[in-house]
Amino acid sequence: MFSWELLLDAIVLGTMVGCFYAAVSIGLSISFGLLDVPNVAHPALLVLASYGAWLLGDFDIDPILAGLLLMPVFFVLGIALYRTYHETFEKRGSDAGVRGLAFFFGIAFIIEVGIIMAFGVDQRTVQAFYIGKSIEIFDIRIPMRMVVAFAMALLLSLALTFYLSKTFLGRAIRAVAQDEGALRLMGADPVAIKQWAFGIATAVVALAGALLIIVQPVEPTLDRAYIGRTFCVVVMAGLGSMSGTLLAGVILGVAETVVLTMFGASWAPAISFTLLLIVLGVRPQGLFGR
Amino acid sequence: MMMRGLGRGLGFWIGAAVFIALAFAMALTIRNEYAFFAGFVVLQFIVLATAWNILGGYAGYVNFGTSAFFGVGVYTAVFLLKAVAAPLWIQIGVAALVGAALGLGVGLLTLRLRGIFFSIATVAITIIAETLITNWKFVGGATGVQLLRPPVTSPFDSYNKMLFVLAAVMVVIAVALARHVQNSGIGRGLRAIRDDEIAAECSGVPTLNLKLVACALSGALMCAAGAPSAMYLQFADPVSAFNLNYSVSALAMSLIGGTSHWIGPVLGAILLATTQQLLTVTISSEINVLVLGVMLVLFVVVAPEGIIGLARKVWRLVRRGAP
Repeated sequence: MFSWELLLDAIVLGTMVGCFYAAVSIGLSISFGLLDVPNVAHPALLVLASYGAWLLGDFDIDPILAGLLLMPVFFVLGIALYRTYHETFEKRGSDAGVRGLAFFFGIAFIIEVGIIMAFGVDQRTVQAFYIGKSIEIFDIRIPMRMVVAFAMALLLSLALTFYLSKTFLGRAIRAVAQDEGALRLMGADPVAIKQWAFGIATAVVALAGALLIIVQPVEPTLDRAYIGRTFCVVVMAGLGSMSGTLLAGVILGVAETVVLTMFGASWAPAISFTLLLIVLGVRPQGLFGR
Repeated sequence: MMMRGLGRGLGFWIGAAVFIALAFAMALTIRNEYAFFAGFVVLQFIVLATAWNILGGYAGYVNFGTSAFFGVGVYTAVFLLKAVAAPLWIQIGVAALVGAALGLGVGLLTLRLRGIFFSIATVAITIIAETLITNWKFVGGATGVQLLRPPVTSPFDSYNKMLFVLAAVMVVIAVALARHVQNSGIGRGLRAIRDDEIAAECSGVPTLNLKLVACALSGALMCAAGAPSAMYLQFADPVSAFNLNYSVSALAMSLIGGTSHWIGPVLGAILLATTQQLLTVTISSEINVLVLGVMLVLFVVVAPEGIIGLARKVWRLVRRGAP
């Protein structure tokens, strides 16, 4: 049964979901898109951050505040991860591809199983005054939690775009992405900058994880669904493009919501991966590829 | 040189014959059903790891999609059983063909991508295949399907024992294929691709064709390994058939054993699958996945050449110390 109203609803909601997808992918856009680190553990870190927000929720801490509190912890975690990766793979040079990927794949698995062992496989949710309510705009009912996630996602993307284009360190990060050798010739240490950038990318994941548990209940294996979504968004955007991330997120969000309303939830997991394959096949450099 | 190669080949085949004879003798003498129930899984993982290594180890293309091929194998068997009540060996044979075709298709679609893009694309294939099966009512959909085993034929007195011997035969076929690939021109070409694909291409190595051969072979073996699993569990559902654990296991077993020689994945699979079986029984199935992850990370960081690399190092030390 087709109805224009349902389609419009889906598009509006999809746009909001899409901005949220952009927010959860933006960390990967830095770590994988700009720094070329095959960080397949990104979605697992995301779920880990959600569990952090859930734990802090026990102390009546608002999930978004919890996300902000987790940021420094994840920053340090990110630096530790990158240092290990650099010392063991980038420095040795050869074969970094296979083993580096296996390394992050293993890390993702350890996080996933660690969460299962610590907290079980039950779904977890958080409480906040904006969860469970909804508002009506032009006859379209939108859950309040989506509005909050949408606003935070926009804010996060804009802040990062500003950081990467206007500040000194942000520009240094983009320089390292463009030409590492040239940076070294200028007397700067590319490894230190990459380490800083990876820390930022992981810190952003902490906040994104808090948004994730606001938007939907979280379970330990949720990261598998987000492998598709985050990599789809980052690749579709064109590696390292922040504005592209926002647009790609919206495309994915609308596609998913439309399919969900038209064909049912059982088809939803394949949408992001199908889109990803199409992008890889048709336009591997993405929408805003370099 | 010629004679030595022949002698080695002879040694391999004698070893293989002894291995199958042993499996057969075990099936006829040992009473304990559980030994075969667990042994089948270990043998199955040897096939999976060996198959993974053909593309992942020799050519350096990290396939996260072992579970896609495995699941398709399971569901090929389920489909044949439900549609035409096909016997087991036909299920396995058809699964191998389907696997080869799927490998070829996936290869054509994704092998132009390098590194992480190929890996992510293989995850994509897994999820898409799982979603298709989940929405296919004929093979049970999301809830899964119960299967009835046919009566067992002599000389075996239980179905598990027959499956065990069957898996032993599949191990020999898989290892023989991997060994052939490794020692032939295909293996040399794949290694050239792993070391430097552009240089290989420039030197006239038919890179895409070689990768397609490797992908089809590897896919056929993975699918064939999945097929008997339907009869083994007498049940199939999309979530467990396409479980990502198969992908991480096959990859971890190869990397931990060592990817440069066919014996690596075999050693890794025996070591890890046996440990996993013991841990699942004694502690919990979560801890065995955790052990797998930790071992994988430890090995890629500390011993990148795997058990083979460690053994070579020890061998070199011994030889230096001897005279």
